[in-house]
Amino acid sequence: MNNTDPASTRPLPPGPPLPPEQPGTAHTATGQPGPAAPGGGTLTATQVSAWFGSNKVLEGVDLDMDAGQVTALIGPSGCGKSTFLRILNRMHELVPTASLAGSVLLDGEDIYGRTLRVTQVRRHIGMVFQKPNPFPAMSIADNVAAGLKLTGTKAANRSELIEESLRRAGLWNEVKGRLRDAAGGLSGGQQQRLCIARSLTVRPDVLLMDEPCSALDPTSTRRIEETIDELRGQVTIVIVTHNMQQAQRVSQRCAFFLAAENEPGRIVESGPTTTIFESPKDSRTSDYVHGRFG
Amino acid sequence: MPCGADMGGTVSGDTVTAVAEAEPARRRIESRLTAGDRVYRTLATAGAGATLVLIVLIGLFLLIKAMPALREAGWSFITTKEWSPDAEKPRFGVAAMMFGTLISATVAMAVTFPVSVSTAVFINEYAPRRLRRPLTSLIDLMAAIPSLIFAMWGLFVLVPFLLPLEQWAVDRFGWLPFMKAAAIGASLSNAGLVVSLMTIPIATSIIREVLSQVPRHECEGALALGATRWGMIRTVVLPFGRGGIIGGTMLGLGRALGETLAATLVLSLTFEIKPRVLENGGITVASALAVQFKDAQKMGLSALMAAGLALFVVTFAINLLAAFVVSRSRSGAGVDA
Ligand SMILES: Nc1ncnc2c1ncn2[C@@H]1O[C@H](COP(=O)(O)OP(=O)(O)OP(=O)(O)O)[C@@H](O)[C@H]1O
Ligand SMILES: [Mg+2]
Repeated sequence: MNNTDPASTRPLPPGPPLPPEQPGTAHTATGQPGPAAPGGGTLTATQVSAWFGSNKVLEGVDLDMDAGQVTALIGPSGCGKSTFLRILNRMHELVPTASLAGSVLLDGEDIYGRTLRVTQVRRHIGMVFQKPNPFPAMSIADNVAAGLKLTGTKAANRSELIEESLRRAGLWNEVKGRLRDAAGGLSGGQQQRLCIARSLTVRPDVLLMDEPCSALDPTSTRRIEETIDELRGQVTIVIVTHNMQQAQRVSQRCAFFLAAENEPGRIVESGPTTTIFESPKDSRTSDYVHGRFG
Repeated sequence: MPCGADMGGTVSGDTVTAVAEAEPARRRIESRLTAGDRVYRTLATAGAGATLVLIVLIGLFLLIKAMPALREAGWSFITTKEWSPDAEKPRFGVAAMMFGTLISATVAMAVTFPVSVSTAVFINEYAPRRLRRPLTSLIDLMAAIPSLIFAMWGLFVLVPFLLPLEQWAVDRFGWLPFMKAAAIGASLSNAGLVVSLMTIPIATSIIREVLSQVPRHECEGALALGATRWGMIRTVVLPFGRGGIIGGTMLGLGRALGETLAATLVLSLTFEIKPRVLENGGITVASALAVQFKDAQKMGLSALMAAGLALFVVTFAINLLAAFVVSRSRSGAGVDA
């Protein structure tokens, strides 16, 4: 199985040079296309539907998430954004009653197909959760490197990788003196950035973020938005957010989900973020982004 | 809380302007209990107190009853292996029984620990979801089966089944001093194996319960990094459950130390120290008490009480040690990743 596995032959992209930890200097302009040759993978969801038991919660979702771009998923509570996000890295199937239809392609390859193992899918498509979930009693450094050990990746330059990931997540300066302390002792915002660092260490092609800032203060939120900005062009990012300003600040593309009463969630409209926010085609999108419902 | 001088650190660091009177008096925090709370507190305190008093009373009772024998034997009570307390010249001690008890308990634990942990992990993480509840009930049910049943099954089924295997081990590794054996089947290690039949269900039941409390979002964190199921178990589930694993094993150990029937039925009881764990013979404290009681005279009874006291002390010490270990290990600690 190993030999026929196309994903295992996909080389690790070389690490980008360490960005200086000066917020806002590397990329200040959002809403513009990334660098000419973007890193990251392209995710394509086609006709995705999802159920919990007999309850259909998503129907016919089509969405392209372009390489190196930030795609924001917005919509009222309960419309299936988290469900959709978890389908993108096969976390959905961890719920015993869950089932789905449709397909998700990573760089043209079906992540639910026979050629890819679920562990490889998740290694290439990382996830940051709404609630920070570091391994609390493990040291900060071990947390960042956990993905290497868990995926059986040998790394000669472990400590450099740890530093690089922490820098990319904007946490290095705060924790460099206490890398051996338990991660449970960090603040909520630091824990969330630690989780981002942890998911970056395995060099994912795609990073899924489910309301990563919902439990954080404005400063931590800004740091994470800067992090997202710095990652743009290197990693494809899909982010769920309830914060319209945040969606506008960080994303280049945007998809609006909506579930009518007792109906599964669908994408009402998707496209460039500027279009969704400034000249949406659908009146429901316009109502939502202007805070008129939801 | 009283205003203690040692409660420093809460005053502002502004030492230049801070004067003694400037510090506000700390309030004594009073919380008045409701009547219901007071009743429950009284009941709970009484219950806990009663347990402690009971333990002390049992210890005292044993000590008083054991006194004549302990006076008679002195320190030789610990080093002597013979047991003839009612003879003209009494000679008796716990050396053989304590050795046998520790060996059979060690064998039992060596089997119980890996089997219970892996059974618990299997039920929680690998077994098909619809089998989880039946399997859990089955284990809990097994924990409730009287030890006599296990002892008989062990004697008539398990031990004969293991005989060829043990014979092979003795033939093959007999050059090792502790693997030598003239006759096999009624050995300390077999007694330990039969004890493990009784300790596995109870340890598994507790460990499974503790492991099922693992925070699911931490498991998802590991899986989302591309971990295999085993990787997740190793980094999240087992470290989280470490305290419970130790606790469950210790409860099993407590039972193993006091287990009477297995040794009484399986062992060919002899008062000797048997480092050849596969060879017939040996004795445990509990089985000695069981078989010697009815024929014991005055000194014999006191000597048995002394043996009981020794077991009481050892069990107590081991459990204290376990409590110490558990309180020092935090969930999630000690994994390197
Ligand atoms: N584990 C589950 N079992 C059963 N139903 C579920 C489960 N998780 C989610 N659902 C249902 O699926 C629907 C979509 O939920 P989902 O969590 O995807 O919404 P969401 O858009 O992320 O909402 P929010 O913005 O509040 O996070 C909801 O109706 C919810 O009740
Ligand atoms: Mg959600």
